[in-house]
Amino acid sequence: MVYDSDERRCRIVARRAGPLLVEGPVEVTLEDGTTVTSDRFRVALCTCRRSRTYPWCDTSHRKSERPVPPHDVTRSDS
Amino acid sequence: MDVPSREPTLPCARGRISAAIGGYLRNTGPLPDEQAVLRAAPLGDDLQLALYVCYELHYRGFADVDADREWDPDLLNVRAAVEQRFLEALRDGAPRHGRADEALEELLVEPVDGSGVSRFLQHEGELWQLREYAAQRSLYHLKEADPHAWVLPRLWGRAKAGMAAVEFDEFGGGRADRVHARLFAELMADLDLNTSYGHYLDAAGAEALAIVNMMSLFGLHRALRGALVGHFAAVEITSSPGSRRLAQAMRRTGAGPAAEHFYDEHVEADAVHEQVVRWEVVAGLLEEEPHLDGDVAFGVEATTYLEDRLAERLLGAWRTGESSLRIPV
Repeated sequence: MVYDSDERRCRIVARRAGPLLVEGPVEVTLEDGTTVTSDRFRVALCTCRRSRTYPWCDTSHRKSERPVPPHDVTRSDS
Repeated sequence: MDVPSREPTLPCARGRISAAIGGYLRNTGPLPDEQAVLRAAPLGDDLQLALYVCYELHYRGFADVDADREWDPDLLNVRAAVEQRFLEALRDGAPRHGRADEALEELLVEPVDGSGVSRFLQHEGELWQLREYAAQRSLYHLKEADPHAWVLPRLWGRAKAGMAAVEFDEFGGGRADRVHARLFAELMADLDLNTSYGHYLDAAGAEALAIVNMMSLFGLHRALRGALVGHFAAVEITSSPGSRRLAQAMRRTGAGPAAEHFYDEHVEADAVHEQVVRWEVVAGLLEEEPHLDGDVAFGVEATTYLEDRLAERLLGAWRTGESSLRIPV
């Protein structure tokens, strides 16, 4: 069988600090056998497993930080 | 649902300058003089409304203004003076990081106990506050992504392809029932608000107008394309977590399925848009035009500055049980 493998190949962009970016539309089968779909031009798949909308990324992989206390002036740049 | 297509009429004046511009567009009086523009508070109601009216001529205009006035040279002259004041206020007020990656990095950290508007609405927002929030934001969301479309002809290569892809998504990916502006109109209907384009212009405060004016300013000036891209990146980066909190607010108050859907859609969409905007639009633009780095940072910072001002207005009013709007909805 002859086909254009470049055309058929699914393109994914991987970054360690973020989601897998897959060209859409996609259909994802989850471990319980259910399938979910997204028609978006690109789809961000969660890799940190913290997403509340798994398998889609909801930016839960981001670092979180306690706010700087008001008396701490070292962060104030004004 | 049908979204009414009729254009709004000119808004009520908020001072000498907006009154003069309204009168000029109705053919009943002269333009404001330059001294008045130089004296007015750059982020105040009068100047921001005047600028909003000038810019609106490039979008859907006003039912009582001739479409040709969009390119009235005398009006454009006054608008340029107002824009100058606005731009100076943004440059004075926005914090300075200098570098685009530093400015963006700061937005990628979620504060654990943040105190913004979306957190307030998530935890203690009442239905009347959600309605006010939607009315204030409707000036933008009913033309969601329109101001950013101006930048497309000013970009090329990776930045253009990425920007066009995100805009395509904003405009429903080819399906009218998925256009984000329409999803917002459906949210407004759930909240029992009037879904007509521009309906809440008289009710919205200067702080809400300033945010839309910033988008138009950056979008309509090729010289500010870097700032537009920085602004857009800031919106897409902060939207996903904020939308999750607002979706929770809608669920908790029982606002309705369309109200929930608008923010649920933005959690997922903007997690994707963030990646595309950072790695294709911002990176693509700065690869082609590295001298725009400071402008991108400025766009990010100006966005934070104006969003903080709106948050102050909303929370300041709501914490004392008062309305944040100029007229009740």
